[in-house]
Amino acid sequence: MLYSEKVMDHFRNPRNVGKLDNADGVGEVGNAKCGDIMKIFLKIEEGIITDVKFNTFGCGSAIAASSMATEMIKGRSVEDALTLSNRAVVEALDGLPPHKIHCSVLAEEAVRAAVKDYYDKNGIAYNPKLFKNAHECEHCHL
Amino acid sequence: MRVYADHAATTAVHPQVIEAMLPYFRTHSGNPSSLHTAGQEAASVLADARARIAKCLNAARPEEIYFTSGGSEADNQAILSAAELGAKKDKKHIISTKFEHHAVLHTLNKLEKAGFEITLLDVPPNGVIRPEQVAEAIRPDTALVSVMFANNEIGTVQPIAEIGAVCRERGVLFHTDAVQAVGHLEVDVQAMNIDLLSLSAHKFHGPKGVGALYARRSIRLQSLIEGGAQERGKRAGTENIPGIVGMATALEWACAHREEHAAQLRVLRDKLISALSAIPHSVLNGDPDARLPGNVHFCFEGIEGESLLLLLDDAGVEASSGSACTSGSLDPSHVLLALGRPHEVAHGSLRLTLGYETTEEEVDHIIRTVPGIVAYLRSISPVWDALEKGERPYILA
Ligand SMILES: Cc1ncc(COP(=O)(O)O)c(C=O)c1O
Repeated sequence: MLYSEKVMDHFRNPRNVGKLDNADGVGEVGNAKCGDIMKIFLKIEEGIITDVKFNTFGCGSAIAASSMATEMIKGRSVEDALTLSNRAVVEALDGLPPHKIHCSVLAEEAVRAAVKDYYDKNGIAYNPKLFKNAHECEHCHL
Repeated sequence: MRVYADHAATTAVHPQVIEAMLPYFRTHSGNPSSLHTAGQEAASVLADARARIAKCLNAARPEEIYFTSGGSEADNQAILSAAELGAKKDKKHIISTKFEHHAVLHTLNKLEKAGFEITLLDVPPNGVIRPEQVAEAIRPDTALVSVMFANNEIGTVQPIAEIGAVCRERGVLFHTDAVQAVGHLEVDVQAMNIDLLSLSAHKFHGPKGVGALYARRSIRLQSLIEGGAQERGKRAGTENIPGIVGMATALEWACAHREEHAAQLRVLRDKLISALSAIPHSVLNGDPDARLPGNVHFCFEGIEGESLLLLLDDAGVEASSGSACTSGSLDPSHVLLALGRPHEVAHGSLRLTLGYETTEEEVDHIIRTVPGIVAYLRSISPVWDALEKGERPYILA
């Protein structure tokens, strides 16, 4: 099997799939040309992520990584969400094949992008270094 | 219900073929190079298989068939041999196409690094190379033209006889990778002016790991594997007698039923094509008529092919995709890009390839399954959402 049981479970039964109409933060990362786009919607009340939804265009592991990442930040504080690493997503999924690791990177970046959007919208000051976007689509050779 | 719709990847060995192979595992297990009776029996079985395969291709003589480990090896040997022959006459230009199998393209890359000049012809939007493209590309220093008989992804059938005629007229060697065609389409190496042809048994209900290279008598092959004098010194190694017998049996069987199977497959193929064409913002890749009888290949906008394949598998449909994600690379299929499909669209591809065993019930199951899965994946796709909201223009009408 290409994927672990966990990946297949989150792919087949994605948690938190959908959109939020009045999201407090929305983050979209990836590129259709590369074959993956993730969009994450956050509902935030008093610094806590009370709801989260995602939409993903991509392969099985991209959908599974989005699902897992949303599970991992739901109910947590915004600051906690910012500490979510792609490695933690990979571990929670019981591993990803080497050429699919970028899906977990996208999931991490989608969460950060959504938090950044929330900070921006609400005039909350933050250290811009936190959001240095490393992932400039170096994976696909366009 | 489980439907195997990936016959272009490989086929099941036909029961008759298994029967024909069994004695060569069980009792008749001699080495054709041995002088004793068992060995000589094996040698005569080998000669017989060679003659039967030559006949199916209408080769002038059995010695023009060289057994290999499959299509990839035959492609490598054909191209490297023609390059070596060309280089001796200072001809170091090779013409091929952008949508060849990697067994051809990677061999050409190697030659390019060794100082050959490679022209890869563009692929017209219908996926059928025009003979004039070949004629225009031929130069005085052209050593070889290599154009596949039928494309393995989009199934388009190339005008091989016309290209063969152009090459013959201009005195250039002509190789065709006929791995997807042999056993499924009429192949006549003499009438079509083919100098070199690759085939692989597992694509026509023979065993895996065995194939052949047809090389016209005047062509001196280069040996890729050195050692014993098997295959007249052009391919060392004790012959895979059961595999070769299986290949000969499978090819005779496939050629005997070719027209009947093709007619039956075309009906199923066209039913599938017309049903899937009803999915909005989709496109059939490749010419609808000049295509393999069992090939259906679509792009669906707004989704990615791997997730489609995984969900289809859950729903009992085993298919394939030129999707990057299935190949270990992140680039979409070079075939779809050559056809002019943008990356975004090329990622959402689906190949369904039918075989003689495919039933109408199975095709109906595919027809019932695909549209719902495409719709579901679109419903969770931010790309589709942007298309629907008009934030991004549709690429496929
Ligand atoms: C067009 C084409 N050429 C070459 C090959 C390689 O054949 P084999 O798997 O026998 O090496 C294939 C099969 O995948 C093919 O479809």
